[in-house]
Amino acid sequence: MKILIAGGGKVGATLTRQLTSEGHAVTLIDRSSDVLEAIMGQYDVMAVQGNAAVLDILEQAGVKDSDLLIAATDRDEVNLLACMTAHGLNPKIHTIGRIRNPEYRRQAYEMRSVFGLNMVINPEREAAHDIARLLKYPGFRTIETFAKGNVEIVEVQVTHDSKLNHVALNHLSKIVHCKVLVCAVQRGDQCLMPDGNFVLQENDHLYVTAETENLSTLLISLGMISNGVKNVLITGGGRISFYLAQQLQQSGISCQIIEKDHNRCMELAVSLPETRIVEGDASNQNLLEEERLESYDALINLTGLDELNIVMSLYGAAKGVKHVITKMSHAENNLLINELQLGSVVSPKELTCNSIVQYVRAMENSHDAAVSIHRIANGQAEAVEFRIDESAKNVGKKFKDLNLKKNVLISSVSHGWSTEIASGNTSYEVGDTVVVVTQSGTPLMQFNDIFEAA
Amino acid sequence: MNYKMVGYIISLLLLLEAGFMIPPMAIAAYCHEPLALKGFALSIAAILCTAGVLYLLTRNRKSGFFAKEGMTVTGLAWIIMSLLGCLPFWISGEIPHYIDALFEVVSGFTTTGSSILNSVEALDKGLLFWRSFTHWVGGMGVLVFLMAIVPLSGKNGGFTLHILRAESPGPSVGKLVPKMKQTASILYLIYVALTVLNVIFLLIGGMPLFDAVCTAFGTAGTGGFGIKNDSLAGYNSFCQTVTTVFMLVFGVNFSCYYLLLLRRFTDVFNDEELRLYLAIVFSSIALITWNISGLYPSVREAVHQSAFQVASIISTTGFATADFDLWPSFSKAILLFLMICGASAGSTGGGIKVARIALLIKSFRRNVHRQIRPNQLSYIRVNGVPVDEKVMSNVSAYLIAYVSIIIVSFLIVSLDGFSMEANISAVLATFNNIGPGFAEVGPTCNFYAYSTLSKLVMIFGMLAGRLEIMPVILLLSRQTWKKV
Repeated sequence: MKILIAGGGKVGATLTRQLTSEGHAVTLIDRSSDVLEAIMGQYDVMAVQGNAAVLDILEQAGVKDSDLLIAATDRDEVNLLACMTAHGLNPKIHTIGRIRNPEYRRQAYEMRSVFGLNMVINPEREAAHDIARLLKYPGFRTIETFAKGNVEIVEVQVTHDSKLNHVALNHLSKIVHCKVLVCAVQRGDQCLMPDGNFVLQENDHLYVTAETENLSTLLISLGMISNGVKNVLITGGGRISFYLAQQLQQSGISCQIIEKDHNRCMELAVSLPETRIVEGDASNQNLLEEERLESYDALINLTGLDELNIVMSLYGAAKGVKHVITKMSHAENNLLINELQLGSVVSPKELTCNSIVQYVRAMENSHDAAVSIHRIANGQAEAVEFRIDESAKNVGKKFKDLNLKKNVLISSVSHGWSTEIASGNTSYEVGDTVVVVTQSGTPLMQFNDIFEAA
Repeated sequence: MNYKMVGYIISLLLLLEAGFMIPPMAIAAYCHEPLALKGFALSIAAILCTAGVLYLLTRNRKSGFFAKEGMTVTGLAWIIMSLLGCLPFWISGEIPHYIDALFEVVSGFTTTGSSILNSVEALDKGLLFWRSFTHWVGGMGVLVFLMAIVPLSGKNGGFTLHILRAESPGPSVGKLVPKMKQTASILYLIYVALTVLNVIFLLIGGMPLFDAVCTAFGTAGTGGFGIKNDSLAGYNSFCQTVTTVFMLVFGVNFSCYYLLLLRRFTDVFNDEELRLYLAIVFSSIALITWNISGLYPSVREAVHQSAFQVASIISTTGFATADFDLWPSFSKAILLFLMICGASAGSTGGGIKVARIALLIKSFRRNVHRQIRPNQLSYIRVNGVPVDEKVMSNVSAYLIAYVSIIIVSFLIVSLDGFSMEANISAVLATFNNIGPGFAEVGPTCNFYAYSTLSKLVMIFGMLAGRLEIMPVILLLSRQTWKKV
């Protein structure tokens, strides 16, 4: 497919990497020639310099025979205008616009047809959503939801005193008292697809498939359960903080935001009446002590500086805060991050890219396409959800008889409301929802891609 | 330096080279030329062995390929390809000295067309074909060909751009379409189509098939190896005119043809480089015609001769229909200027390139204006688009390197004791990938008489000229070979 990406920032660069590796012809538009030069030297793309909302630039980038425009510049207005202009030049083009300002939310969604938008992406809102879900099940480092909320893949870290340390996966069910499947293990910088004889080690990160209703059982049996989160301290008053505070207010969790900028504090205080806004520098220890950091159930670091977020998460963990969540905007080298006590790491960039890649794959095959794609294990593996339709092969066959590709694993099958964690005797029928885990080297476009070619 | 990846790409390239040797081998077999046949068979075996060893040595290669590797692989690839590509001449015994054979094949791959052969017609057909075929292969670039057929650009495929930049001539090389494989394919499709067209026209003109194909290869790559001792003088004037036109056609930036295919005619028409190129061509033809009109019986004949020679020199092809060494000095001076100027960027020709000349003139004009109004800010524009200052500084650096290489080569070559006119024109003709020079190396003579040292200097000059200096110079820097 021919794809235009406007804006070569964090999201633009990550999307470029992902989409070129999936074989799409990508043209990147950016104002800065330095940005373009750097990306062109890394990936197989063409570059056009200029403002992506300008007709000439879009034409030069070949909008007339492109299939998709992803507008991800740093300004919402430019993104909207770029989508409108592209749609005017080529009514067949699909457009995805990144709209971050909460003030535009309603019109961007309700007036999609006016702006020619097929999809609106709000990374901060998605990140806030993700964090809220993590707070619901504190203990899991990440949670990915599938099959309309019936199946989850959760990330569990094996710590020194964990019950899972030195346990073979065959014996796992005796410890956790419910049916789960370990679909991937991150050890160091490697992502492994384990079998039954795999023995867990300290510092492994497990990606466990479980039914949503069993998540609490899993937490209890692993000894990770604690009382629900009641009060939360958020540092940084950016957009994620705003969306998160809004959501937490609704679920009755009290929260407090520390923000440095006076004017931003005033804005937040106006729009979040039930949240306590504190003006001050979150990196100031005195302030944190004054706010009695150790008495909070969760510390969420959402400032604009990754370094500051890391330092404060480490500080929070040292102070004994049970749940720490760190926002990382630039996270490229996750190897280092995994070894630090940062708790859950949330990356708005990754979330945005996941949704867009999913849209692109769905565009490519109108039927039989993946319903959703989640990248797990630092992007080294993918969990893909498929709905089984008539074209699927091997319907009704037991899994132990299937000839799957290497590094592909079926992790769960949902029939309507009931979900079965996959084992050798499981099978699927037309209409079921199946979750497949694969290493990123083999992208799955269609369900039938999981089988070894005959 | 990612040695393994560099080695892997070179091993792929050698496979390709072995493949290129099959058609000439078939011709040698068809014409019952046992010596040439043996030469090709042994050369192919040697190339395949080298490729196999390289492939085995580079099995556990890691990704991580950047500008430095792209430059190095290009320079190395051309050198290794030449070292092995000259084997058929040497093994068959047609060219007894290895350095002479190397000179001949480097002259082929770099589309220079300077020869050390006293009598071209004495050479076997298979070897003649290989000689012309190297022009065609080297014209658009072998690595570009490799990128068109092998999917090199996988996950981090950006490095292919560095290779394209290193191998394609011009101050700023870009892609035509997002994917490198397609860009390379489009370039080669245009190249093949134009070559076939050229062959057809020559056949219409009554040239035998073998001659037509070899001449078209020489024209397309802007090389200039003829298969007759008198180059193209023996063919009828229709064939000569066809060659004149096609030499000029292959001296034009190939992205112009791509724009024509997209029906963006106004963009092509308004292209500054194309306009300047045509302006230089037509004014040179007019001036030379006026200057030499006394030497020829009719004006028509004078125009014909001057047009052929101008096209041949500005496109850096180097075919000849007349001994321009006998022309008046003014005409020779114009030809000398055209040698330095060269063809358009993004074409198959050599020289400084018209695009760079245009940039240099504009830069000079800006500097003059700055003397008058020191505080005025201005951008240099090409086709209305401002040019990045980095490009400008690269062009200046290129010019400095260009002049220094010419001076040093000239000094070394002068040791051989030939006339100054011969020495300077020999250096210019090889370094700008043209072919013939003046006096002792004029269109009716050859480079055989030069010493081995001078030949090595000229081999270096031809490679540096074809790859636009940097990829070759980088190989001499110790920094390049450091592991970190």
